[in-house]
Amino acid sequence: MTHLRNDPEQQHEYPETTAGKPTVDGDAKVAARGANVFYGAKQAIKEVSLDIAPNEVTSFIGPSGCGKSTFLRALNRMNDIIDICRVTGDIRLDGEDIYDRKVDVVQLRARVGMVFQKPNPFPKSIFENVAYGPRIHGLVAHKDELDEIVHTSLERAGLLGEVKDRLETPGTGLSGGQQQRLCIARAIAVSPEVILMDEPCSALDPIATAKIEELIDELRGNYTIVIVTHSMQQAARVSQRTAFFHLGNLVEMGDTETIFTNPEHKLTQGYITGRFG
Amino acid sequence: MTTNAGSVTTPKEKMRATLKHRYAAEKRFQAYGIAAILIALAMLVTLFVTIIGNGFTAFQQYTVHLDVTLYPQDIDPDGTGDPEVLSKANYQSAVNDAMYALFPEATDRQARRAVRELISPGANYVIRDMVMDDPSLVGQRISVRVPLASEYDQVLKGNVDPVVDFTAFKEGSTSVDWSLSPEERLISEKQADYLQQLIRQGEVEASFNRWFFTNGDSRQPELAGIWGAAVGSMFTLMVTLALSFPIGVSAAVYLEEFAPKNRLTDIIEVNINNLAAVPSIVFGLLGLAVFLQFFGMPRSAPLVGGLVLTLMTLPTIIIASRAALKSVPPSIREAALGVGASKLQCIFHHVLPLAMPGMLTGTIIGMAQALGETAPLLMIGMVAFVVDIPGSPLDPATVMPVQIYLWSDSPERAFTERTSAAIMCLLGFLILMNAAAVLLRKRFERRW
Repeated sequence: MTHLRNDPEQQHEYPETTAGKPTVDGDAKVAARGANVFYGAKQAIKEVSLDIAPNEVTSFIGPSGCGKSTFLRALNRMNDIIDICRVTGDIRLDGEDIYDRKVDVVQLRARVGMVFQKPNPFPKSIFENVAYGPRIHGLVAHKDELDEIVHTSLERAGLLGEVKDRLETPGTGLSGGQQQRLCIARAIAVSPEVILMDEPCSALDPIATAKIEELIDELRGNYTIVIVTHSMQQAARVSQRTAFFHLGNLVEMGDTETIFTNPEHKLTQGYITGRFG
Repeated sequence: MTTNAGSVTTPKEKMRATLKHRYAAEKRFQAYGIAAILIALAMLVTLFVTIIGNGFTAFQQYTVHLDVTLYPQDIDPDGTGDPEVLSKANYQSAVNDAMYALFPEATDRQARRAVRELISPGANYVIRDMVMDDPSLVGQRISVRVPLASEYDQVLKGNVDPVVDFTAFKEGSTSVDWSLSPEERLISEKQADYLQQLIRQGEVEASFNRWFFTNGDSRQPELAGIWGAAVGSMFTLMVTLALSFPIGVSAAVYLEEFAPKNRLTDIIEVNINNLAAVPSIVFGLLGLAVFLQFFGMPRSAPLVGGLVLTLMTLPTIIIASRAALKSVPPSIREAALGVGASKLQCIFHHVLPLAMPGMLTGTIIGMAQALGETAPLLMIGMVAFVVDIPGSPLDPATVMPVQIYLWSDSPERAFTERTSAAIMCLLGFLILMNAAAVLLRKRFERRW
């Protein structure tokens, strides 16, 4: 049992190409081909090729340090802020190379929003938290429009009912689950096309987690969602497609149901049955 | 560890034995801490007791009440009221006449001289300033209080030999308690006698020393004040703050947020840290060579002082600001970048406001350092004897610590007490600035 534990020295047998079905038949929202991510000399992601289908929830699973968060952050170039980080290969959003020189990273991040592991509202009022994005992108001309966007965003994030009487109170005064929904409201306020979620429930209790999961399911209609999670149950509950990463390799990807019931590769099988992780 | 180690068997007992050591170590450490604090407090108390004990008498000054007649023919013969004429007029004879009137029996040269010297040689300036403020006083008989000459003031304050009792003197006692031999005395028996006569006439009184707070420097200790130095310090600090805060914060933001991390920025960082440790007099020499010699700026000017102190405080501000920027949690940056803020927006909207309390603290610490700095200002001529109150950063001026240095160098006993009084004022300023730092930090501090 222990011989399989996450030991970098241990040689694993990876499939020649990713097992399962990493690409989709129709148009992919996000498509990666041979993507590599390096931190200095260390390669964190190795030749990953996958498609993320529009209006679906795609989950990335895998043991700690397998690179799933790194790959997620490569999708909206959040890795740019790390000096030593370098991305090669091809990652496309609606067929457009996001690492192209001509692409404006500010606009990219407006199209590909992000929710982080730890709820990180700005130390400002609830209203300001949500209004910040639309304001800096110049999406609103006057106050009424801004009010409208803030209210709909909070409504969609399922938070409006709880905070509508105290929009001027600090966002940091909310509970952990509420803060995370506030961060989701902040992300959707700029009308992104894709929302990346990096373990959004890892700091939350089961009830708050259930609320977020419900929310993710509702948001699927309007947005393409990619979620990194440590909880296999969560991946099974919320996602339509699942990718399994191991030490920087994309081992297997396919329909969530297939991955969890009939995985092709023995590493995937080992991980989802809890034999290592 | 213990002698009965062999008999200790169970883990519980072993633990109990080590527990005792752990508690003892903790107690010992606390005792060291308390001892250190007590020593520091004792030093501080000694400092304050010495300074306040030496200096508090400077806030009081014995004055003589005089009725001075300002004859127009002496002061403004043409009746022009021209300030030029008024400022150059001879007030000394009017003051002398008023003094002779108090001692009608003093007629010979020697006696008259002793009478004149009872009051400050600068008494005529007190009258002049009054007339300059209100030219209509010319031709009137005015009642004015002028400072007693500093040696007599010191005698009455009990700071120098002989010991006299002001109240007893007033009531007619003539007892003077000499402890020094006649050659060592500051005033002679004859002078003590005149002083006693003056006091018995009821013309001498202890009053609040307003000259100390309103005058510039003077050769006469009884007329010397710190206002000129305080204004000089204010101008200097204004220049320093106006330059060092924006430059320091911009440099910190650039180095922390934008600069690539390479050999060059490493060298810059090491140099900034080194600059913080450079002796301040070196900055003074730099200012002398660059600002005065090369750019030909005025000597003794607060503007140049401010420039030099800017060079000196910049490293402090940059280091403190960089630390403040570093302490902003990365999650806030990620949040801002994640909704599509540009790097500049992220910094100006989120990072800077959160780092501001730390930056302000660093700035105020730098300013407090600059306020107390003496050496570099000596090099650019701010050590000059400046009587006038500076009206702009380009006027010759001195600053409070330099004023303290100058006074501490003067032999008169009256300057010793004024040195301590000036130190008290400087410390007061510093306490105010530090309190401002605490308040600003509280005001701007936000939790996340």
